[in-house]
Amino acid sequence: MKITIIDYGAGNVKSIEFALERIGYSSVLTKDANTIKNADRVIFPGVGEASYAMNMLKKSKLNHLIPTLKQPVLGICLGMQLMCQTSEEGETDALGIFDLKVKRFQNTLKVPQIGWNTIFNLKSILFENIPENTYMYLVHSYFVPSNSFCIATSDYGIEYSVAVQKNNFFGVQFHPEKSGVLGEQLLKNFIENTN
Amino acid sequence: MLAKRIIPCLDIKNGRTVKGVNFLDLKDAGDPVELAKFYAENMADELVFLDISATEEARKTMVKLVEKIAKTINIPFTVGGGISNLKDVDLILKSGADKVSINSAAVKNPELISEISKQYGNQCVVVAIDAKLIDNNWKVHLVGGKEPTNLDLFEWAKTVERYGAGEILFTSMNHDGTKTGFANSALAKLSGILEIPVIASGGAGSIKDFKDVFVEGKADAALAASVFHFKEIDIKHLKRVLKNKGISVRI
Repeated sequence: MKITIIDYGAGNVKSIEFALERIGYSSVLTKDANTIKNADRVIFPGVGEASYAMNMLKKSKLNHLIPTLKQPVLGICLGMQLMCQTSEEGETDALGIFDLKVKRFQNTLKVPQIGWNTIFNLKSILFENIPENTYMYLVHSYFVPSNSFCIATSDYGIEYSVAVQKNNFFGVQFHPEKSGVLGEQLLKNFIENTN
Repeated sequence: MLAKRIIPCLDIKNGRTVKGVNFLDLKDAGDPVELAKFYAENMADELVFLDISATEEARKTMVKLVEKIAKTINIPFTVGGGISNLKDVDLILKSGADKVSINSAAVKNPELISEISKQYGNQCVVVAIDAKLIDNNWKVHLVGGKEPTNLDLFEWAKTVERYGAGEILFTSMNHDGTKTGFANSALAKLSGILEIPVIASGGAGSIKDFKDVFVEGKADAALAASVFHFKEIDIKHLKRVLKNKGISVRI
């Protein structure tokens, strides 16, 4: 099993590598197009600011590669948001895999949302052995509104899509690598249940 | 619903855990990696590691320790203590920490906050503020509480939020080590004026103190050390009690 973590200089990816190690998988951190294309599973991480991250992707031409990938791809946090059409953060044109617009939380709440929140209406092989209303760790100021690709919902002042899926593309807003044993279960499901 | 967070804090000196009472008189409370693992398995929501040694040699030890912790635990953690520039931040985050906490360095150079936040996102910048109530004014103190400044807690917190802090970790020096409860009225005021989350620190002694800090102090998270390290309060038990009192916690 060749697992590749896309390295485009956006944020800290060590914790994903370590989480995979804990569930018994090694991974390769790379920006090399061929290595990514030939991987069995691709993880698209992201922490930081959307327009900055998009520019980093463009610099390494990964913005063209990612939407064409055929193997299962998991976008995490900003990775999920960048798979959408646009983001209000930095007025960013993103990858457009999902025809969705990423919005900012209302200021009536603490922004960023930081901490553990429940996820529910779980509808995917990603959530096998993960019970409804499991707590996952989230850190974000922008969110994906409810939509037809939604495979899990959360609630922060508003119900929103905390996970999406379209064909081989999966996205999760929470950090499975930081969400305890059940977060590790999700990574395991992504590796073992998708094809 | 977003859960209120319980955060054990581990003070680290030369690779070992210590906890000061009123910042003095340190006691040894175990091996950091073992303790971190124990807490992660026992429902701590996050961990904070404060390096209080701050010599060049100990700093290298800390970076190695951060990587060991990141490999072992599956919950988020923050590293602070003596971080003074982007290079320090880079080392700590690349070793696997999720956030850095800066204190004196933010006062000396507030631009550091925006630099970190631009490069890594504001979610990874925790600005720690130690303050003491003097003549009815909360005054910010530096260097582990040893050096007073003229900064007002609330004004300073608003300022660092504007610079791009992702969270505020407020320690009341009047309460720290006393085990008589958190500085709830100051915390509630802080929480009211800020958009970003507030972590309360200083004064945890009983389960009721945690209930009060969330209800009266309107804190988003509560940090404590000795009550957890010396097993006076069990986090699982604490969370069950809080849940029964209608407070949203992860169980």
